[in-house]
Amino acid sequence: MKINLTVNHKNYSLQINSDLLLVDLLRDHIGLTGTKKGCEIGECGACTVIMNGKTVNSCLVLAVQADGAEITTIEGVANNGDLHPVQQAFLEHDAVHCGFCTPGMVLSAINLLNHNPNPTEFEIREAIAGNLCRCTGYQQIVEAIQSAADKSK
Amino acid sequence: MTPKIPHESARKHVTGEAVYVDDMLVNNQLLIGKVVYSPHAHAKIKSFHLDVARNLPGVYAVIRYQDIPGENQMGPVVHDELCLAKDEVNCIGQAVFLIAAESEEICREAEKLIKIEYKPSEAILSIEQAIAKNNLMGPERKIETGDVDKALKKCKHKISGSLTTGAQEHWYLETQAAVCIPGEDNEMKVYSSTQHPSETQAIVAGVLGINRNDVVVEMRRMGGAFGGKETQANHVAAWSALLAKATGQPVKIRLFRDDDQIMTGKRHPYLINYKAGFDNKGKLIAVEFELNANGGMATDLSFAILERAMFHVDNAYYIPNLRVIGRVWKTNQPSNTAFRGFGGPQGMAAIETIVDRIARQLKMDAAEIRRRNFYGINDRNLTHYDQKVENNHLKMMFDRILHSSEYLKRRQDINEFNSKNEFKKKGMSLTPVKFGISFTTSFLNQAGALVNIYQDGTVLVNHGGTEMGQGLHTKIQQIAAAELGISFEKIKLTATDTSKVPNTSATAASSGTDLNGMAVKNAIDKLKSRMIPFIVDHFNEKGEIIKSQIRAIHFINDCIIDSENPARKIDFAKAVNMCYIKQVPLSATGFYRTPDIYFNREKGKGKPFHYYVFGMAVSEVLLDTLTGYHKILRTDILHDVGDSLNPAIDMGQVQGGYIQGVGWCTTEECKWDEKGNLLNHSPDTYKIPSIQDIPEDFRCSLLEDVPNPSTIRKSKAVGEPPFMLAFSAWLAVKDAISAVADHQIEPEFSIPATNEVILLSLEKLRSIKKQ
Repeated sequence: MKINLTVNHKNYSLQINSDLLLVDLLRDHIGLTGTKKGCEIGECGACTVIMNGKTVNSCLVLAVQADGAEITTIEGVANNGDLHPVQQAFLEHDAVHCGFCTPGMVLSAINLLNHNPNPTEFEIREAIAGNLCRCTGYQQIVEAIQSAADKSK
Repeated sequence: MTPKIPHESARKHVTGEAVYVDDMLVNNQLLIGKVVYSPHAHAKIKSFHLDVARNLPGVYAVIRYQDIPGENQMGPVVHDELCLAKDEVNCIGQAVFLIAAESEEICREAEKLIKIEYKPSEAILSIEQAIAKNNLMGPERKIETGDVDKALKKCKHKISGSLTTGAQEHWYLETQAAVCIPGEDNEMKVYSSTQHPSETQAIVAGVLGINRNDVVVEMRRMGGAFGGKETQANHVAAWSALLAKATGQPVKIRLFRDDDQIMTGKRHPYLINYKAGFDNKGKLIAVEFELNANGGMATDLSFAILERAMFHVDNAYYIPNLRVIGRVWKTNQPSNTAFRGFGGPQGMAAIETIVDRIARQLKMDAAEIRRRNFYGINDRNLTHYDQKVENNHLKMMFDRILHSSEYLKRRQDINEFNSKNEFKKKGMSLTPVKFGISFTTSFLNQAGALVNIYQDGTVLVNHGGTEMGQGLHTKIQQIAAAELGISFEKIKLTATDTSKVPNTSATAASSGTDLNGMAVKNAIDKLKSRMIPFIVDHFNEKGEIIKSQIRAIHFINDCIIDSENPARKIDFAKAVNMCYIKQVPLSATGFYRTPDIYFNREKGKGKPFHYYVFGMAVSEVLLDTLTGYHKILRTDILHDVGDSLNPAIDMGQVQGGYIQGVGWCTTEECKWDEKGNLLNHSPDTYKIPSIQDIPEDFRCSLLEDVPNPSTIRKSKAVGEPPFMLAFSAWLAVKDAISAVADHQIEPEFSIPATNEVILLSLEKLRSIKKQ
């Protein structure tokens, strides 16, 4: 079947199978491999993307459900090479270790700040509760998000 | 040094550009591989039919052990692990057949068409069952000092008991993955998410029956590893290579998360029996340990892990009479393997349990008991394997963290809180870490590097270490920049590549920077010594009266200068170009072997470690005694990294290690059913720490002004030691349980202390209290 969607401000019209997952559409059909597959059951958050202003686990969304949707993946966050404040903060706070959870973490953080520019530490923790990281112990990630929020004030 | 530079791939990570094995663009010939594995812990393969699967459109190959052109073997040290099962399977998850097809979907369809008839037989599924059947993996090991039996007899105070520690799933975010691309003649190019490219190369060559110079393994980055990709990444690479060979096309295998959890080995579960004797003041006099490890179905690294466990049963404490016996038991489970700490956590959990029990028995503060037993500076400083504990910071760190954490005041506050609250209890614990650095198999402590300087003054650095998120490449980039006196932007690190630096050791044992950093320095020293005479000639060519001397030449601020005549300097890039014209070779290999380490396994004596890392942590928890739910309220950590090469990276390792340790100690439990099926093989049932599990108040600092003699830029290894700081959280939970009976009764306790373990312990405590 045919779907139309916008990914990172670019329009796509694609012929797909009805059982295709959004994560596979993004990775295999559009070539955006920044969206990672960690568990494929919606627990780890590595495949997080922003769909119509909300974060979703793209492994739990059928590609057909994204028909007509506007999607932001990690590749669509920087603006012509200028990093988003959240990306910059992740760099500065060493919130990036192996990097596999990073795309999902960054998108969850951006989505939080889009809706709540002045989050408390508790709200930051809530916002990334669906993103697992095995390397950092999370502290540097929380600090990065806090600093990005402070800087955009 | 420029200590504050971000991770060398950080920009690529935050923009999604960083390429992992699964992200590689190959070509439209790429096939997907799948492993058909055993559903039985122990069974004979009676019959099977592969033809229907082979004939499914889109299937390119279905292979079995007889199709392996080389040796059917992928055991890393001992050759006791088959690449594909023959007529018997020895664990659930053991590979039997391999499928290559156009897509994952076709692989799954093909798998359904393979009919295998098994005849299950009795399986050994626990250490206890293996002990009952005397199913040893190999001879037992022993290390002994003093006269344990005599000393124990004389002791006024004695305790004995046993402790179980659980399996831990690595849960690297990126599951095991490899892409193999067949080349000319017999060649095979392997892209593998591996901590040990040289061993992956050896195993791939072995199963293909080709020479190692026909195989190139390249590894750019892993999405986490933690020991889980030290030997077991070899398996996926070997299977992909076999399928690539059979089809003549590139093949990728990336394990689905559940398959990864089912098929791969875990941290070894241990059953530890102990007897300890101590004096009125809580000083340890004699301890006897018996360590029993669940090795799984093959040796893998079990004996090296056991050895490290045996080396760490003392943790930070001087024990004049000590005997430790270690055994590895063979079971019908996937072969257990390396995991951050490599046996250290299991060994140390036992002595920390003993010290904690002594405090309760003597009704003294456990931190004070620990202080009294610390290794001394001038005496009481010899370990049970005869290595002297040098540059010991234990007492200094203890004093500092006792003060900075306000331990004594908070202890009173906690006692007061507990006296006023019946169902909520607080607990706190201070625990130390002393961890030995070096591979305990001494010859593995070697590393190689290749450094190329190009005519524009940029530098390409290769070394044998692998990047798994720990920041190794960043630290190497800093080391190379500092040694060459040029800015780090001029230095580029390449993917680890067996054709550039051969015969490397695994990036393991926390030794990545220590070994490879030194090898890179060695290569740079060679390059500098080749360049310097030409620089001196250049400075002297104008015929000045005071000549420039070789000893005075320094590489600094992107220049090469004569420090005795500072006006004489030349831009680094210009100097490089000049050297090129003078026909100076601008590429060099480097090598390093750790000096002065040895261990006599027969005698159990030697100096297996180059140095020790020290750490200390205080954790406080709040426990709901009705549900077993607990929360870490505050953690203070003081950790020793020598002169930190990069404090942000080291801090991340300390915090991440502690939290991963908290996972092992509390929520991470592997559960098997009576047939050996792992019941929790996905993140919805296997619980690694999430952001909600970290301390509400997390105060972490690195010990400053304690340079480490004789290591690269006086730094210390950091990967594994912080893991064991988590005992502070584990024993804080026990302290909170213990408060229910006013610390009068010894609670039952084990690793992991899940809510279930906590509730059972509480229930038992309450029933004893009633009697």
